[in-house]
Amino acid sequence: MNLLMLIWIPLLTLLTILLLKKDKTIKIVSLIGSGIQLLYSLVLIISYYRYRAAGWTDAYLFENRITWFPSLSIHFSMGVDGISLIMIVLTALVVFSGILVSWNIQTRIKDFFALIILLSLGAYGFFISTNLFVLFFFLELAVIPKYLLIGIWGSGKKEYSAMKLALMLMGGSSLILLGLLGFYHYSGIYGGTSTWDIKELVHLSLPIEVQRVLYLLTFTGFGIFTALFPFHTWAPDGHSSAPTAASMFLAGISMKLGGYGCLRISTFLLPEAAQELSWIYIILASIAILYGAFATMMQKDLKYMNAYSSVSHCGFVVLGIAMLTRAGLMGAILQMVSHGVMTALFFAAIGMLYERTHTRMINEMGGLMKPLPFIGSAFIVVGLCSLGLPGLSGFIAEATVFVGSWERTGLLYRIATIVAAASIVVTAVYILRALGSTLWGTISHKEYAVLKDATWNEKAVIFLLMSGIVMMGFFPFLFIQLLNHDVLTIMNNVIK
Amino acid sequence: MDFTLLRFEWVLIGIIVVLLVGKLTDIDKKPYFIPLINLLLVVNILLGFVPMPHGEAFGNFFRTNSLIAFEKNILNIALLLISVMGNEWLKKTTVQAEHYILLLTSMLGIFLMLSSTHILPFYLGLEMSTIPLAALANFEMSSQKSSEAGIKLILSSAFSTAIMLFGISLLYGVSGSLYFNDLANAMQSQPLHLAAFIFFISGVFFKMSVVPFHLWTADVYEGAPTAVTNYLASISKAAIVFVLFNVLFKIFGHLQEGWTLIVSLLAILSMTIGNLFALRQENIKRLLAFSSISQVGYILVAYIGFSPHSLGAVFYFIIVYLLSNITAFGVVSIVESTTGRVTLDAYKGLYHRFPTYALFMAIALFSLAGIPPTAGFFGKLFLLTAGIQPMYYWVLVVAAINLILSLYNYLRIVRIMFIENGENRIESISTNRLILVTMATCVLLILAFSFFPQVYQWGIAWYGFVR
Repeated sequence: MNLLMLIWIPLLTLLTILLLKKDKTIKIVSLIGSGIQLLYSLVLIISYYRYRAAGWTDAYLFENRITWFPSLSIHFSMGVDGISLIMIVLTALVVFSGILVSWNIQTRIKDFFALIILLSLGAYGFFISTNLFVLFFFLELAVIPKYLLIGIWGSGKKEYSAMKLALMLMGGSSLILLGLLGFYHYSGIYGGTSTWDIKELVHLSLPIEVQRVLYLLTFTGFGIFTALFPFHTWAPDGHSSAPTAASMFLAGISMKLGGYGCLRISTFLLPEAAQELSWIYIILASIAILYGAFATMMQKDLKYMNAYSSVSHCGFVVLGIAMLTRAGLMGAILQMVSHGVMTALFFAAIGMLYERTHTRMINEMGGLMKPLPFIGSAFIVVGLCSLGLPGLSGFIAEATVFVGSWERTGLLYRIATIVAAASIVVTAVYILRALGSTLWGTISHKEYAVLKDATWNEKAVIFLLMSGIVMMGFFPFLFIQLLNHDVLTIMNNVIK
Repeated sequence: MDFTLLRFEWVLIGIIVVLLVGKLTDIDKKPYFIPLINLLLVVNILLGFVPMPHGEAFGNFFRTNSLIAFEKNILNIALLLISVMGNEWLKKTTVQAEHYILLLTSMLGIFLMLSSTHILPFYLGLEMSTIPLAALANFEMSSQKSSEAGIKLILSSAFSTAIMLFGISLLYGVSGSLYFNDLANAMQSQPLHLAAFIFFISGVFFKMSVVPFHLWTADVYEGAPTAVTNYLASISKAAIVFVLFNVLFKIFGHLQEGWTLIVSLLAILSMTIGNLFALRQENIKRLLAFSSISQVGYILVAYIGFSPHSLGAVFYFIIVYLLSNITAFGVVSIVESTTGRVTLDAYKGLYHRFPTYALFMAIALFSLAGIPPTAGFFGKLFLLTAGIQPMYYWVLVVAAINLILSLYNYLRIVRIMFIENGENRIESISTNRLILVTMATCVLLILAFSFFPQVYQWGIAWYGFVR
């Protein structure tokens, strides 16, 4: 299997889109392109299972390396493990659904789809690269598409939100950049040759003083991407101003880039500092979880509601990573996947409601279940998933995080676990209230009675994403089996 | 003596003579003048690539080597690009021949400066490259701002030259020679030597518009015709950046511990002040002027490293910078020649009316901001990588903060072009095919330049020439 295909498919799709003129063909080409990408990533994950079953124990599979700037040891080195593969499948799924959801977009179709594909290209590159420089390149690649997608196709105070998002994420990138430059510089001092390569940096033992600085820089930097408290403010504004597909991508994938970075770079490469300093992020994550949940309760706008609940849910990711237990890490990864699919479906459903009712205010909707049973059911499933109903992905992920965090004894860890668990109650309050007032009861406006239910593309999106949620809820062992080897690798490095 | 050593200079002198003679026959009134001059500049570039021997001339005053030839080739190409971008403006002026004569004279000065191994030709070259610019800045005959720019440039340049000359006299005093080699050997960490360094480098930094020697920049950039501003911001700056290697690494190489602190402080000041002043500019030429000040700050970071990587990184960055800056000013020039305005609100809704130009501008600006996939990302990161030096980590911290500030500045223009939908839209825009093709080439190069890692390697390989 060639990982470069993951770059080539979107790149060729992008170039084809740029050459095309007719709107219809542009949509079809981007759908086909992202469909092929989805299929390819599924093929990848199946062959990954096979290789692991056949006894391959390398940390990364399907490795490949292209020399880029040799004198700076910048190589496009690729490799995937279970964690990156599951993220790649998640990205492909969300992008495919995002394109389906945007089928009815009216203005500047070509530019819109081109930017979405470019955005996804950044995510794929980020997940497959094992060279920190290239990884950073792909991380930064997404800044401009995000800005333009929100600025041009967004709604509400889009200019403000777009600028805020771009600057805050750039702030995160700057911290990460300093951290990565530190890796490069100190690997030269303590390891002989300066390198950006993750596989070589693992074997390097940096002194604890250096580790501390790099850990704080990179974890905080990636934390901004996961909307870690107190750097979460870009998320609610950005998510709610963005067009549906961009919201799906932002909350579904973009926030996961941060979680992946916290795990793969901060924790994996700097184990001693992680042991010593992760309490800081446990506190911040607990605040994010609780604050996010309470802030969600106060929201009247559905998109803001989901955006704040994302802050809360992504807090679980950071909590799981910072706990540094096997179950905690596993839970964090499961939560990334679960939240990615769930929030994408949530934003998609909100987009569908908005297209029909032209409002996102909870108190203006009512009784929508009757005219819109299909969309309504999707809304209910995703809501229940968000509040952690067993049988859906949210339960599996959050329960695993709790198991992992309860393994750590100590007052701080106990309090953090209890706080996080308590937030579930708050989640139940806002989810049930939102579901109740939008879907049940009498129809609030009489024109709502004649609304048309989901079209073919919307049904496809709901079906795809919902199957992801249910599959993880009922067959979590499939995911755990996929991730187990890599979680062990990381844990073995952390607890030497 | 082998006269082929001076081939770059001979070609330039040849073109200047053609223009001078042509001026007698009113060549610049002819319709074929602009194509002719562009053709001559193409010939100029091509002759630069003819392989010729390297060596020294004029009793060791002058030298060429692969490094210098490469630098001159880059500047030659940039000159052609700038000339094409300014075609629309040129058509409206009455001083076309003079414009090129002065421009090429300034180039000749730059070439002399690049090749010098002695302070005398260095000084001669520096002055020869600046004085014609004062006349050029004044070329918008009817505009008061343009005259102001000319006067400001000549006065401030004379001032800085005086300071520099004082530094040169101190240098001669401490070493008894003006050859770069002798100077380098005579330098020691003594107060007098440091004083000589400070006076001398002030003159150089002045031309490079490093803070606190930047006060002339915004006014001159604003007042000068855009074609000239383009030259000032691109070629003139790049030339000084190249020369700075001779100055810092060669002449003052032994004073490295002394100048690292000064250079890093000035780098920080330039980045920060350039970006902060750009925040509130409403005139796009002033905004780009301040942005170029902050870019110079980034370039200075690379010098702190004092290694072959500095040369590689600066080489790489300067090419990207030239391409991006020339494209950005090219769009400014197009918009100015159709609307007559250089304020930011002239760009409102450019994307909705003329998406191609908006896209070109956006890519150029992203490259300046250091955002991938443009080559500016690589350039900026290489500069920072080259500048990592124990005890000087704080420079990188400031540079990282400035990345956010500069992103805001460039996104402001992008927002106005792409998101805002003003009433005073541009109704029509010149569709000069040649300009469009040139810009498209520049933009493609900006996007594709990350696939030319060789430039970085050459920089490293040629490090021996500057030490």
